[in-house]
Amino acid sequence: MSGVRVLVGTRKGAFVLTSDARRQTWDVDGPLFAGWEIYHVKGSPADPDRLYASQSTGWFGQLIQRSDDGGTTWETVGNQFPYDGVPGTHQWYDGTPHPWEFARVWHLEPSLTDPDTVLAGVEDAALFRSTDAGASWHELSGLRCHGSGPSWQPGAGGMCLHTVIVDPTNAQRIFVAISAAGVFRSDDGGETWLPANRGLRSEGIPDEDAEVGHCVHRLAMHPSRPDVLYMQKHWDVMRSDDAGDSWQEISGDLPTDFGFAIEVHAHEPDTVYVVPIQSDSEHFPPDGKLRVYRSRTGGHDWEPLTNGLPQAHCYVNVLRDAMAVDSLDACGVYFGTTGGQVYASPDAGDTWAPIVRDLPSVLSLEVQTLP
Amino acid sequence: MIRVVLPAQLRTIIHTEQEVELDIVGQPTQRSVIDALEARYPALQGTIRDPATQKRRPFVRFFACENDLSHESPDQPLPDAVAGGTEPLFIVGAMAGG
Repeated sequence: MSGVRVLVGTRKGAFVLTSDARRQTWDVDGPLFAGWEIYHVKGSPADPDRLYASQSTGWFGQLIQRSDDGGTTWETVGNQFPYDGVPGTHQWYDGTPHPWEFARVWHLEPSLTDPDTVLAGVEDAALFRSTDAGASWHELSGLRCHGSGPSWQPGAGGMCLHTVIVDPTNAQRIFVAISAAGVFRSDDGGETWLPANRGLRSEGIPDEDAEVGHCVHRLAMHPSRPDVLYMQKHWDVMRSDDAGDSWQEISGDLPTDFGFAIEVHAHEPDTVYVVPIQSDSEHFPPDGKLRVYRSRTGGHDWEPLTNGLPQAHCYVNVLRDAMAVDSLDACGVYFGTTGGQVYASPDAGDTWAPIVRDLPSVLSLEVQTLP
Repeated sequence: MIRVVLPAQLRTIIHTEQEVELDIVGQPTQRSVIDALEARYPALQGTIRDPATQKRRPFVRFFACENDLSHESPDQPLPDAVAGGTEPLFIVGAMAGG
């Protein structure tokens, strides 16, 4: 019988949550790597037993863990992420030049076809690739060196490359997003890159529609329609119908268009989920009500999903990499909160229930749909 | 024989709750002990020293015989009691946080 495996990264370790296809009862395994920040855990689409995890602390730096048995056992692999050449500088918060310094891996994106190939988005923003199952990492420096790099500035969470999406119909096309530089696209497998931010407007930067400098929080794509991208920006929910060449706002009737997470239904390319957050200074849901908003029209028109979610005194956040969907017939939707709850909906958002309530603060969540 | 006490987060990585015992050829120093430690446990590479500069990570400290050795040269001989195995070398994550 098919089932799902939910991979949860938290401030103090990783957790693996498993269920059968009914998604009513769950086994909770963890903490793995107790005491370490787990920014991301993700499985290979080509081999669901192959998992990669980003493990770090401010004390002991970065480790990468790999599992070849679905998370039962793990081994450390390569943790060296050397920038290509002389890294140079980007802008610091005060506008002064600041040397490029590796801090951590935010996001691991395994290849759609090769379990040994994986991309890593890191802070300070850069993209690395391993083709030997994580043993060694090489920077795709055409991104950082394409020209605008020295003008990039960090967002409040650091200058992180947090989103990596490979076009499932064209492996040469890769999208990344950087806070606070924006979206970049490569059409040659990561060798060269161009900004893809036309149509974004950000009030917090001197030139509101600058080519780079936008604090993009997250991108999402449906695999059947790879030219359509959805974006949760710092403020504004956006959509592109031309692979990032241009963007239009689709915030519509959301109660606030600030937020971090955005996701697309597994079977309905026009069904999109966001979790509105009050503001950039108030990282909690409006009115203390935890509501996922769903649009079935590709944006503009949104409905609140509240059944099973706390509707009073709830002041958690949902971070950018902490929402995902499964691909069972009735699409499951999942998200984790900074309060340590992991919520699941087995019916595309109509009803919700917590899988666990008291984990450490959730940094990331991914879902594997198992055969 | 050198005894090394690791912080909990690093013991997690090498799957041990015990102190680590290392045989060091010649006069033991911080550098030679960490070299031997990383040779036995490659997973620790980059966790105690910055992989690029080989300098101690800022929030890592070395204690022995009730003294903080963190700011000594990595090639300074360790105290005799550590070299003789009667006292351990403590590798510590510096106190930080609330």
